[in-house]
Amino acid sequence: MTNNPISRRNFLGLAAGAAGAAALAACGSDGPKAPGTGSTGGGGGGSASYWSLSGPPGEPVRKAAIERFNKANASTKIEELYFQNDAYKQKIKTSLGANQGPTMIWGWGGGGLKEYVNSNLVEDLTDWFGQNAAVKDKILASSFGAATVNGKIYAMPIETVQPIVLFYNKKVFERVGVQPPKSWGEIMALVPKFNAAKVAPFSLAGQSRWTNMMWLEFLLDRTAGSEVFDRVFAGEKDAWSDPAVLDMLTKIQDLVKANGFQKGFSSTTADSNADQALLYTGKAAMMLHGSWSYGIQTANGGNFVKEDGLGWMNFPAVEGGKGDPSNTVGNPGQYLSISSKATPEAKEIAKKFFSTTLVDDDEKSGWVKSGGVPVLKNSDSLFTGGDAQFLKDMAGIANGAKVFAQSWDQALSPTAAETLLDNIAKLFQLQVSPQQWVSAMNGVIGK
Amino acid sequence: MTTIAPPVVRTKESPRSSGGRGGSVVWMALPAFVWFIFFGIIPLIGVLALSFTTWNGFGEIVPSGLDSWRATLKDPGLPNALWVTFLIMALSWAVQTPLSILLGVFLATSKRYREFLAVLFFIPLLLSSAAIAITYKSLLDPSFGLGSGLGVEALNQDWLGNATLAMATLIFIVSWQFIPFHTLIYQGAVRQIPTSMYEASQIDGAGRVRQFFSITLPQIKYTVITSSTLMVVGSLTFFDLIYVLTAGGPGDATRALALLMYRQGFQANLMGPASAIAVILVLVGLALSLLLRRLGGRADESQSEGA
Repeated sequence: MTNNPISRRNFLGLAAGAAGAAALAACGSDGPKAPGTGSTGGGGGGSASYWSLSGPPGEPVRKAAIERFNKANASTKIEELYFQNDAYKQKIKTSLGANQGPTMIWGWGGGGLKEYVNSNLVEDLTDWFGQNAAVKDKILASSFGAATVNGKIYAMPIETVQPIVLFYNKKVFERVGVQPPKSWGEIMALVPKFNAAKVAPFSLAGQSRWTNMMWLEFLLDRTAGSEVFDRVFAGEKDAWSDPAVLDMLTKIQDLVKANGFQKGFSSTTADSNADQALLYTGKAAMMLHGSWSYGIQTANGGNFVKEDGLGWMNFPAVEGGKGDPSNTVGNPGQYLSISSKATPEAKEIAKKFFSTTLVDDDEKSGWVKSGGVPVLKNSDSLFTGGDAQFLKDMAGIANGAKVFAQSWDQALSPTAAETLLDNIAKLFQLQVSPQQWVSAMNGVIGK
Repeated sequence: MTTIAPPVVRTKESPRSSGGRGGSVVWMALPAFVWFIFFGIIPLIGVLALSFTTWNGFGEIVPSGLDSWRATLKDPGLPNALWVTFLIMALSWAVQTPLSILLGVFLATSKRYREFLAVLFFIPLLLSSAAIAITYKSLLDPSFGLGSGLGVEALNQDWLGNATLAMATLIFIVSWQFIPFHTLIYQGAVRQIPTSMYEASQIDGAGRVRQFFSITLPQIKYTVITSSTLMVVGSLTFFDLIYVLTAGGPGDATRALALLMYRQGFQANLMGPASAIAVILVLVGLALSLLLRRLGGRADESQSEGA
């Protein structure tokens, strides 16, 4: 007779089972506590907290802004904390859920911001911008779109306008003896030439998935214009069932099948900048990437940018396409919201930070020096030195675009964005057909 | 046999106690049990409750009945994740077990050079999964990895970008990481086998191979079950390695249950379905460990009969 209330078998079984549960629970309950964030929802008394992304080119400019503000306002203090891109996305969600978020919530606007709004996590800044028209006037009007939910402004556009452009390695083009493409047909014609020269036509960080998405964004825009995605965004039923979508998806798979991307692209990650390295080391000829890539290539590529090795252009037109070739996609800005859970004092500090430091001249020149086009108006005169041409071109693309669309994964809700990215990865893997892709994506419209 | 029982926790049961031994075992399990309730049972109940709600991770938690379960069970990603999980489990077991047993037997005899080798074998055990994943990811990179660096074309495969190769690579790395641990277990088990058995068989004229199959293997039967349980149940919780190495890709070729759970919960903000997947993970884990215990036969059966 056993009188042991916990038999070994049960104990072992429970222990095994709990491991799985604990894995989820541990992720969700409590991340590492940030110093100075407190449990009151960020910053009490004379301090406010600010979280953002780490790494160049952005972090030094962000740090400089906080330093300026703290120096000018000795009685109050902004406490800063920086995270890697993907880590930040997780961290901010869990900490907001646990009421331990920062006073100022850094983000990308769009669908993510909308979720915060629906959960009453961020302050409505419409009235504040009404009272501070001078602040609003200093920022590009087109950047406010992704900060607006249901007609109200919930975030301040900050930092830089980042269109996605087609980068190319001039030296590789010279060596192979070809010209940069002016149309989709020319792109497809270049692919076998580069492959024959043992250079990957395009560099792509396929594991990161949003990099693949940029291809769909441009191809769909160039073939059908911006209206198709607008219908998806508006939640219209079966909005993906447009012949132009099938056409675009087929073109992408044709490019994959023609070995348009480097070998092993689906295991390359953007966070490690391996895709950038392929371009500046000459292992790949072209790369579709956000304009921030310029700063990375300048920093990591040795003399590549300095010796005029890097070329760029807006994505070329598709023959017979309806889209305006001036259109672009990307980030119309980065966004800073104020937590509704923060103390009144912390909110005041944040607003002061918004209306002073974030729109001052040092902020503007700081971002220009980092290789970006600021969201602040009248920055053209600052475009001097080696980066001048790039900055002028980026400002030209951003301001000249008939439509500057926000990246799909930022515009959609995180739930819909995840399904989108998942299906895009499978599309590039040739795991799903264009038809299957369309029906899978129609299934999550409006979710 | 002494009948004096130490202070017992379950007073109701103590009069029926046949000896002090049972009581003292319960008492000793108490600290672990309390810890287990707090960090195992309570979160488990929380996850079960969450699986009947709709929650995006930071907003309000809204009860929604079976919605999350329906969404999870209808998701075509679930059968794929179950299959991938099973594949990782079966393949990593099939690779690790024979190699661990052989290495364990090899290292069990005490010779100086074998002790030196043992130290080398255990190095992977000292590394964290994330570090291993990052290292392998760099080494296997088709553009900047070992293959293109050394100019060896055979090494320059699309190791992590091709669905079949990615799974094979994953199994290889998992085995590389955990074989040392299981070798350690088998080494201990083999050292426990009485040498008299081998001496007797030698007199009967048995060779090394015969000794291995007729003495060593039957004698370490329970160790095989223990080690297999650890492998099988442990493979359910592989997350860090896969997440860093392939992030479940290419496509969904290495997206095991734990990764599907993470994706739903923390990337798609669907905590309800993620909790449902967690419950499924718990049930699979429970079923597997029960099954393995059954396979092991009766626990009180003597292993050294006739020794």
